[in-house]
Amino acid sequence: MTTILTPELSARWDEADSFTLAGYRRAGGYTALPKALAMQPDQVIQTLKDSALRGRGGAGFPTGVKWGFIPQGDGKPHYLVVNADESEPGACKDMPTLLNNPQALIEGIVIASYAIRADRAFIYLRGEVLHVMRRVEHAVHEAREAGYLGDNILGTGFGLDVVVHAGAGAYICGEETALLDSLEGFRGQPRLKPPFPAVAGLYACPTVVNNVESIATVPYILNYGAAQFAAMGTEKSKGFGLFSLSGHLTTPGQYEAPLGTTLRELLELAGGIRAGHRLKFWTPGGSSTPLFTEEHLDVPLDYESVAAAGSMLGTRSIQLFDETTCVVRVVLRWIQFYEHESCGKCTPCREGSYWVVQLLHQLENGQGSEADLDKLLDICSNITGRAFCALGDSIQAPVASSIKYFRDEYLEHQRQGGCPFDPAASTLFALESAR
Amino acid sequence: MALSDEARARLVPQAAEIIGRYPKTRSALLPLLHLVQSEEGYISNDGIEFCAQQLGLSEADVTGVVSFYTMYKRKPTGEYHVGVCTTALCAVMGGDAILADLGEHLGVGVDETTSDGKVSFEHVECNAACDYAPVVMVNWEFFDNMTPAKTRDLVDSLRSGENVTPTRGAPVLCTWRQASKILAGFPDDQATAGSTAGGPTLAGLRVAKQQGWTPDGGTPSTAGEQR
Repeated sequence: MTTILTPELSARWDEADSFTLAGYRRAGGYTALPKALAMQPDQVIQTLKDSALRGRGGAGFPTGVKWGFIPQGDGKPHYLVVNADESEPGACKDMPTLLNNPQALIEGIVIASYAIRADRAFIYLRGEVLHVMRRVEHAVHEAREAGYLGDNILGTGFGLDVVVHAGAGAYICGEETALLDSLEGFRGQPRLKPPFPAVAGLYACPTVVNNVESIATVPYILNYGAAQFAAMGTEKSKGFGLFSLSGHLTTPGQYEAPLGTTLRELLELAGGIRAGHRLKFWTPGGSSTPLFTEEHLDVPLDYESVAAAGSMLGTRSIQLFDETTCVVRVVLRWIQFYEHESCGKCTPCREGSYWVVQLLHQLENGQGSEADLDKLLDICSNITGRAFCALGDSIQAPVASSIKYFRDEYLEHQRQGGCPFDPAASTLFALESAR
Repeated sequence: MALSDEARARLVPQAAEIIGRYPKTRSALLPLLHLVQSEEGYISNDGIEFCAQQLGLSEADVTGVVSFYTMYKRKPTGEYHVGVCTTALCAVMGGDAILADLGEHLGVGVDETTSDGKVSFEHVECNAACDYAPVVMVNWEFFDNMTPAKTRDLVDSLRSGENVTPTRGAPVLCTWRQASKILAGFPDDQATAGSTAGGPTLAGLRVAKQQGWTPDGGTPSTAGEQR
């Protein structure tokens, strides 16, 4: 039978000590690091380029290419910053990775820092996850005690220290330049690009900002070779990644699989949609990516195929909703999220999100009209491409795609003068609330 | 509330330790704010003044940062601060019902604290645990797959002083102030305790193990070998 799942980062999450250094080493952890340190830094970068690993934080930019942008011999300090600010609605892969296998991240950090010639790395962790903070701090401590961090790592003369930095509640800090402003002690607002962080990042020095999963995948690539990694996945979307399935399915959770796997395949392994119901709509990559429906079950979940079908792979954050769910309500709540999290720096996003929420409220309450749908689309197209960062662009994705696939459901609200759905029917505890 | 001289004297060396982690001092502001929040339970004007003083910033500058981030509270919270996720998926799966029911049960509004000072609550945005929806956080620990009834029981236990164990987190729930201290980068001894891999975390791994699937088509024990 064809291999559908490929657990690597998640391979030992069922072991009680998977998060410890001992547990990680028992499974071959920290065998990639000496290999990397025996190579020239540029060779390590080349290995990453050969693997074709694309950033796992959503944008999919080739990680090795990003590393290669760091100017060398410039006399400035270089920094590696790990983006652990996972907060995209639907995204829930980095937190279990950090809870259960933080040492893979630390080993990846040392290798990446060596490659880009950084002697200081930061893990910017969202603040609202206390036990993750404990686990990551503990992992750094254990790695330091064992000589994997510090002044003279494994006697090679290469030195690196890692600082764990807790955020304080702001989705926008997942945007890499907002993250850097936040890490510098400011309000987390995005910076104008260019210059990109590779040229002027943290403290205006060359900086690589990478997602947790991207960096945690690096030891595998060094251990098994770029070719083996690149042998998985599709032509332009290589390797494996965590697919996070949430919502109305039988067995929600983390499914690590090669890119290009379809939702039909994943859903079959996850026991399908919850009993007695059918799939209505889903997000392939979090709430910032246009909705898909049942007709997209066979779209290969790689960057190119998902884009060709009108959405984005994003962070492989698959939220599934069954037929009990009101799409207008869900879209309203996503846009309320963006309104809440808009940093306020630019007008299209700050004001646009506000007005989109007002219109969606009316439509959900059956007080809108068909003309409001055109107005919604008009406002959205005036935000997209005119906002300072991708948060603003995200507003259009759920609005436009939901109108495209469920226009009549919006209109049904107006015909009935209210929402035709029973919210109790879509809860996890539908039985309890019926008591 | 005023920051006592005794508290200031205690906080100064901790602030210096935080500042020492960073190449530039201002980077210490977020952890410093977590630190003063751990002292007073919220960010008071004194707390702002303390941070400004340590970093050579104006109080206005620090206040501007405080108001940007939702985790910094400008008025006292309960000893246990409950966050109910009501972003789309959790809202649909039951977060809306939990939030409405909780407010009714506690008899206080959002961001208000019960008269015994034990529990305050708010709605929170997506907390990166969608596979465990609907999710409730208490002092930033995970309570997974919640219902209105379970959440009522949870806050009742917190108010009566019973031990409460997060679904994924430290076996004993710490207080809001202790949590803030940890976020400032001063860990307690609970890192190795507690269960963190619930069913959804292991869902894919379980299927793969049943099928004998691995990333190299072979056994993971070859992980250390040079290819």
